[in-house]
This record gives sequence, C-alpha cells and structure tokens, in this order.
Amino acid sequence: MDATAAQILRILVWGLAATAALTGVMFAAQRLGYSRLSLPLLLGTMFTGERSAANAVGLVAYLLGGWLFAFGYYFVFATLGRAGWLPGALIGAAHGVVLLVMLLPMMPHLHPRMASEYEGPGGKRTLQPPGFLALNYGYRTPLTTILAHALYGAILGGQITL
Amino acid sequence: MAAAVALSPPRARTDPFPAIGDYALIGNCRTAALVSRDGAIEWLCLPTFSSPALFAAILDRGAGHFTIRAAGATLVERGYVDGTNVIATTFHTPSGRLRLTDGFTLAAPAATELYPQHELLRRMECVDGEIEIEVSFEPRWDFGRVRHRFARRGRLGWSITHCPFGAILASDVPLEEDRPGARLRGRARLRAGDVRWAMLAYDQNEAVVVPPLGAAAQRRLDHTIGWWREWSARCRYDGPHRDLVKRSILALKLMACSTTGAVIAAPTTSLPEQAQGARNWDYRFCWIRDSALVLHAFLSLGYTEEAEAFLEWLLHATRLTWKRFQVMYDIFGETHLEERELAHLTGYRGARPVRIGNAAHGQLQLDVYGELLATVAAYVAAGGDLDKGECRMLAGVGERLFDLWRCPDQGIWETRSAPRHHTFSKAMCWVAFDRLRTLGKRFPIRIDASRLDGVCEAIRGEVESRGYDEGLDSYVAWFGGRETDASLLLLARYGYARPGDARMESTWRYMRRTLQRDGLLLRYTDSARFDGVAGAENSFAACNFWAAEYLANAGHEKAAAALLGRLCGHANDVGLFAEEMCLDDGAPVGNFPQALTHVSLVSAAVALYQAPTA
Repeated sequence: MDATAAQILRILVWGLAATAALTGVMFAAQRLGYSRLSLPLLLGTMFTGERSAANAVGLVAYLLGGWLFAFGYYFVFATLGRAGWLPGALIGAAHGVVLLVMLLPMMPHLHPRMASEYEGPGGKRTLQPPGFLALNYGYRTPLTTILAHALYGAILGGQITL
Repeated sequence: MAAAVALSPPRARTDPFPAIGDYALIGNCRTAALVSRDGAIEWLCLPTFSSPALFAAILDRGAGHFTIRAAGATLVERGYVDGTNVIATTFHTPSGRLRLTDGFTLAAPAATELYPQHELLRRMECVDGEIEIEVSFEPRWDFGRVRHRFARRGRLGWSITHCPFGAILASDVPLEEDRPGARLRGRARLRAGDVRWAMLAYDQNEAVVVPPLGAAAQRRLDHTIGWWREWSARCRYDGPHRDLVKRSILALKLMACSTTGAVIAAPTTSLPEQAQGARNWDYRFCWIRDSALVLHAFLSLGYTEEAEAFLEWLLHATRLTWKRFQVMYDIFGETHLEERELAHLTGYRGARPVRIGNAAHGQLQLDVYGELLATVAAYVAAGGDLDKGECRMLAGVGERLFDLWRCPDQGIWETRSAPRHHTFSKAMCWVAFDRLRTLGKRFPIRIDASRLDGVCEAIRGEVESRGYDEGLDSYVAWFGGRETDASLLLLARYGYARPGDARMESTWRYMRRTLQRDGLLLRYTDSARFDGVAGAENSFAACNFWAAEYLANAGHEKAAAALLGRLCGHANDVGLFAEEMCLDDGAPVGNFPQALTHVSLVSAAVALYQAPTA
C-alpha cells in the first residue's frame, strides 16, 4: 500500500470513529435531556416526512457527511502544517460555532419541512426551527454541540499525521 | 354530538377542588389527562402515564392547569363524542353557548407527514349567540418543582423553556404572559359559527413538531374521532348496560399503553380513598392481580389484539423477576418503584401525603401467581399459544410456588400490617397449580403432574379447614380469623369453588351482614386493624361488581340484575368509575378512573348476559 492510500484509509477509519463519537455525544445529550437537537432528524426530514424513515435516512446521510468532513479537516491540518488533538479540538469547536451561528439559523429557508416563526406552521412546514444558537432545542444545546464537535476534531487531529 | 347529557351549574367557588366525578378522561394510549366540568385540564403527565406531571391542580390548586371556558357560564353540559374518547363540554351563558371539544389526536398509521409525540387539541366553537372565551395556561413541570419560562416563538406560539422537553402552545386566541414564567392568558369574543383552536404539542427528545391550526386541525380531530369510533364499533356485546360496558372498554383502552401493551391501574396518584385521609397511593403502574380480569374483559368483548399485547407485556415484564412475581411493574416492566412523598403539594382537598412510586411493589402477595396463571390459561382457552421459553418460565414459576405457598403474605389488599395466612392467597395458589395442571396437558411444561395433584389437595385441605369458620358459616379473611373479606367472592370466578355451592352461599350471606353498608360492599371491616393504615375507607367499587358477577353465576340473576343496575347508577355523568364509591351517596372517590372497577363491571355485565335465564 502506498503512502496516499494509507493516508486515505486512515482518514476513513478515524473519520468514522470521530463521527461515531460525535453522534454518540449528541445522542446522549438528547437522551439525558440536555438538548433536543437531532442533526440526523433535521437532515432526514429534508427527504421524507415519515419520522422513522427520516431518522434512518438522516443517520446514513450524517455518517457520510462525517466521513466527508474528515477529508476537509485533513486539508485544514495540511494547510496549517500541523495536526494534533488540541488544534483538532479548536477546529472542531469552530465548526460547532459555525453550525450554531450560521447554518442552523438558516434552516427555515432551506428545509422543506421546517416552520418559520414569521409564517407559523402550514402544510408540510411543521418542524420547530432551531433559532439563534439552536437555543429553541434547549439552552444547553450550544454547549453540547460545541463539545461534541470539539471531540470530533480532537479525535481526527490526534490520529491524522501529515 | 354529545352522547351523554348532564346539566349542572358551574362549581361553587367556595370549594376550590372539583368532585372526583367532575372529571373526564382523555388520552392517546400513552398518556392521559383529566378534564374538569369547568373546562380545566388539571392532570397530565408527560411523556408517559407515570412521568412527572405538567398539570397537577387536582392535587394542589397551584400545581398547574390549562383552562378554557366561557365567561359568565351558568350551566355546563358535557359528554363524550359518541363512541370516542374525545370529550365535548358546552357552556351556557345568558348571551350564547360555547362548545369545547378536547382530545389527544392520534396519528394516522401510515402518516407521511411529521406529527408531534403528543398533541392535545382543544376546539372552541360558539354554537349560538355571542360569547367571550377565557384561556388560562399555567403549566407547572414536575409537580411544580421545576421553574420554567415562556418564550414567544412568533406565529408558532409560545414555548415552555428551561425544561428537559420541548412543548409549544399554539392558539388563534391571542395569548399574553401576565405572570412571567407562570401564566399565559387570553380572551376572545366569538359569534355564532366562529371557531378557535388551542393546541399543545410535546416532544421529549427532538425538535417539536407544530401542526397547523384551522382546517388542518379539524382534519386531525375528525381522524381521531373516526379512529375511536371504528375501534369502539368492534365491541362484541349487546347485553344490559351496553353504553357503560362500551365506555368501560374505551376507558380501558386509554389505560392500555400502546407502546408496551401494559394496562395501568389508574392514570392518577394520591386521590384519597377517604376525605382528608392518608390512604393515598400511586396507581400509575400495572398490577398483576388485575391481569386476569383485564384479559377477560378484552377477550369477552372481542378485542383479541389488546389481550395478546397485554399478555405479551405480562410475560415479558415478569421475566425480569423470574421465578418470583412482583405485585406490580411499571409500563416498561421496571421493577423498582421507590415510593416518595411530595411534601410541597397540599393533596386533593388536603389529603396528604401525595405519593409517587409504590412501596407495595416489594411485598409478597401470593394471589398474583394464581392471577397470572389464570390469565395465561384464559388466553390459551381463547386460542392463544405458548412458546418453549414461556413454558420454561411457567415451569420455573411453579417450582418457586412449591416453596412459597405455605408462607404468610400481605394478601390481595396489600396490607401494611404483619404478614398473615390469607385465605384468598392460599386459594389462588391452588388456582395457580390447577392451571399448571391444565396447561401441562397441552404444552411441554416440565413439572411433575402427581406433585401438582398433591399440592392442590394439600392447599384445599388447608383452606377448607383453616380458612372456613364453621361458627360464622363463612370463609374468613385469614386462617383462624373472625372476619371475612370481599375478595373471597372471586373464589367462584377463578374456579376454586363452584358458584352457588353451600359454602360460597353462606359466605355471601355473611358478607351481606357484615360488609354491606347502605347497599355498598366494604372490602373488609375495621380497615386500620386489617391493613395497618390509619383511617377508614369507602366502598371498594370492584367488590360490588364481583358480588353482581357472583350472583349472576350462582343463578340469582334477578338479584344480580338489580345490584348491577344500582351500581351502574353510581357512574359519573360520562360513565366513569373511581377506585371506590362514597358510602354516603355512591359518588366516585379515590384514584380515577380505575381500570379494575371498569373490568369488573364488564365481567359482571357479561356474566349476567350469559346467565342461562337472563
């Protein structure tokens, strides 16, 4: 196996592990009542309104996304010229902040099943929007989301070598 | 639209608590709420029956409610929408009438759009004239122990924040926060034909789904009404008191958890068995002692799916404690139901303590073995099957009971006094071994048949010699005792004794002399001495129906019909019964509504219907 193939394999393996850890923390936060943010549900309901199918589709999409993001993290580490658990955790935390501040608040405009506080529910649009920092899904949501993404970054940063 | 009609003036403001019989039950087979005649939802636990309460005004006027009513109402009329668990309350005012329709919506089985985990939907319609409606929303999470806040979510409504769940209240009646974090209020003036909605959507772990109001809400309500009507139309009973039997099975369906199959004893906790008394227990669990009657009620009315689900739950839940049976389990089969007191609540009309959890879960009650095996046998007799694992489990239970049956226990009434050799418990051990004998002829239950014969003979010898008092001419509550106990009526129902035989007849005569008060039956005399809990109690409602069933089966059909007719007169205005009946006027008291009372009513009615000369 040449060095490139070994590196890709390493990213794939640790990308999956980091995604599993991220998902586990987010899921635990939900079950422990800290947050109601379920990224798989939000992703899945973009494709179907059937809750169980949405959760399954969303989980698959989320795992694939986690893998793809692992390559993105590799390029960031390569650009910085250094990896390691601390830079990884910082990049992960920044990733979480971007998600909370920019991506999730935009969801009502992008998501076919998400309601808006301006227009109210109607037709298919019945899902509660996340709001600023996804605070609508529980006031600890920013904390758990940033921690979970920091863990994702730390695992990748700690395991990927440049 | 309303099936039953009852007119009464709105509750006098001097007594802040409605009577127990003033409530009606609504729900979605996962949780349930009590709605008062005043349009106030005063009891709702979320997300399941035994979860903490969001509204608990029934136990403390400050513990939360969700009220909708017409200002200045002078009369209130209400009834379930025919064949459903949706309640319609009509408020009469000098200027017009408001019809309030309350229910939990049920999602279509193949729903292709999102729906919340729970949706409580309230429809307000001005039927004629002009009226002013008042909406007051005062949730108090976890029996009022958690301080939450409200957040306005634009056109989505108001959300309750700082709680471990998501809940949104949406309404087309404008609501404002008049006590921060404590209350939302709104008023609106409606003319004839105007309709308004209020909807509480709840999701435990995910983003809340907020279904639209208006025409979409009407479709959801219509679907729910249609579902209940279709379900209740399957009721296979055409005998006496058909309406009450049908209402009983509808109430029972509400108390049967759709996700597990468990049937809870009642959806409430700590509604007292006597005014200001201490006999306040949490009934939001599943009692094995009720199981045979529950299964019989479902099977006899044609609801085999519910019976199968319940039996599956029963066999699954009891596996956790195999080979020993616990008295009760929670709806998920959880066995540790620690009892705690909620000292901050006043209790219903001052009846303290308010308890959650139930300490009786750890008691030894030998009758549960007989009840569970009778349930399995009834299921098999109705065409059910047992797999190898279940046969192994039953054999293990039999082995365990060989060791246990000679032990004293707390008995069917869960006494908190010292254990005794209760006659009913011993007879139910006979029932357990007898059913094992019967089941062993059809299924590979590895247990020695001659040993079963021997133990059955030994138990019968003990019961007939020590559990029957020749002087009193009656079976007695415990070996060597001098008083009887109404549970002994069930000896005939479970096949230990033949209905109408000399000993059962004389026991019934003795019960009438010693346990009957103004036509209502006590479960035992001298409550405090019998069960070790201070204070007296009212008439345990199920015992009265057991008496009617006994009379029907013993060939006294006329007396059974008369008794059943009188008892049915004690239902509240929407056909519901509580745990007990007040000795003064027969009014419902105690936890409400009570599954055991309703299944006992069904059993008595079916027995009377099937009686040869009925």
